[in-house]
Amino acid sequence: MISFSQVSKRYPGGHRALHDVSFTVETGELVFVCGPSGAGKSTLLKLLVAMERPTSGNIIVNGQNVGALKPRAIPFLRRNFGLVVQDHKLLYDRNVYENVALPLRILGYPEKGAARRVRAALDKVGLLKHERALPITLSGGEQQRLCIARAIVHRPRILVADEPTGNLDAEYGAAIGELIRALHQVGVTIIIATHDQTLLAQLAPRVIALKDGKLAA
Amino acid sequence: MMAWLAQHRHAVAAACARFAAAPLGTALNVLALGIALSLPVALLVLIDNLQKGAQHITAEPQLSLYMDLSATREQALEIGKRLASNAGVRGARLVPREQALQELKQNSGLADVIDTLPGNPLPDAYVIDPRDGSPPALAALRSQFAAMPHVAQVELDAAWARRLDAGLRLGRLIVAIITALLALALIAITFNTVRLQVLTQREEIEVAKLIGATDTYVRRPFLYYGALQGCAGALLGWLIVAGGVWLVNRNLAELSQVYASLFELQYPNHTEVIELVAGAIAVNWFGAFLSVGRHLTLVEPGRH
Repeated sequence: MISFSQVSKRYPGGHRALHDVSFTVETGELVFVCGPSGAGKSTLLKLLVAMERPTSGNIIVNGQNVGALKPRAIPFLRRNFGLVVQDHKLLYDRNVYENVALPLRILGYPEKGAARRVRAALDKVGLLKHERALPITLSGGEQQRLCIARAIVHRPRILVADEPTGNLDAEYGAAIGELIRALHQVGVTIIIATHDQTLLAQLAPRVIALKDGKLAA
Repeated sequence: MMAWLAQHRHAVAAACARFAAAPLGTALNVLALGIALSLPVALLVLIDNLQKGAQHITAEPQLSLYMDLSATREQALEIGKRLASNAGVRGARLVPREQALQELKQNSGLADVIDTLPGNPLPDAYVIDPRDGSPPALAALRSQFAAMPHVAQVELDAAWARRLDAGLRLGRLIVAIITALLALALIAITFNTVRLQVLTQREEIEVAKLIGATDTYVRRPFLYYGALQGCAGALLGWLIVAGGVWLVNRNLAELSQVYASLFELQYPNHTEVIELVAGAIAVNWFGAFLSVGRHLTLVEPGRH
């Protein structure tokens, strides 16, 4: 489903974030990308969702060469993904419900079914009672869970998460771990960049280890 | 189809929300557009009214035929017969020179001066009602009469109306030029406001793109924003003109009472109002389209 072959990324200015990285992820697999900060985890995820283009090498998602996609094809690639980004990227002028409903709006999902899906997603992350709240009134951990709800509301085939438990206390971290396990069980392909050892122990996934932009043995 | 409609409904709602988010800025923008649009509309209304007035006056054009001063009454009557038998003439009335002088004395207040004249300086004349009042027919009659013996001059009473008509056509051209310039100004205004909108909505655009929104989806609310702004501006422009016409008419009513004649300005008609609104919407939509196309590429997730 996803394959990286000899992918390198060099940023303008010469910093080499990834070097000659190759791996494949099968449909329904649960994969952690691990490594110390600066190892290239975030860059790898950005390349996957076409936020960045590789300097060399090929990235194939569902048979499409991500690096060679025309700009107008990129939105349709991204619709395969549920994205949890590190800085949340929530809309602070809209309430919790509206934030989660956004992907369904963009996909043109009918309004009635949308309400049910939004509430189901909010329920899964334990934010249903905050439906009408503005994101700014939520704690850091709640904002993180809101971001996860938004990522899973449209039932993507691939969940891509950058440090999904980064701001969560242990209890909610474990809850998110269970949520990820449940998604994995229904066949969602999951790629998570993290250095959360608890989560690693909880889910026992396949691990792709990065160090200084290269695959570590 | 339902989904498509829902997306447009959301886009309109988003555009309205953007208006509501900055009421003062929006009001000032709409005011600027309204005043800009009211100028050509007001000129057009003025021209329309002048033209209507001119049509009313020249509905019955007449020709005036002046005999030579040396021509005798018999020669004048001879011309009268020829006029009466002319197919293009509905009627011709002789104004004898004595009568003309008498009228001049009475109407001009120059009786004393006229009395000191050695003779009558006025010729015999005919006032002719043509059958066909169109400009080419009148011109043909005029040259025909001018060629008759002992005729000094044939004047078209509608000549001034033709001159007015030409003037009005020039006026319309000027309005067209002003309108074109203002359309450019409107595009510039919308381009700029939408640019600011894109920059303030930067986060939202970024998130939407990250989730898989197409450029069409992102662009839509901005296009509606431009179109709505144009619509509001056009309606305000129309209100300004209508208010102006109303004020003028109120004052004209007093004037009409004094002069015992009924004259009032016509309001812009339905077609003109619809054209104004549609034109403003189109122009502002285009400005928004240019702006959002230009600035959307600057907002790309992961690029700062």
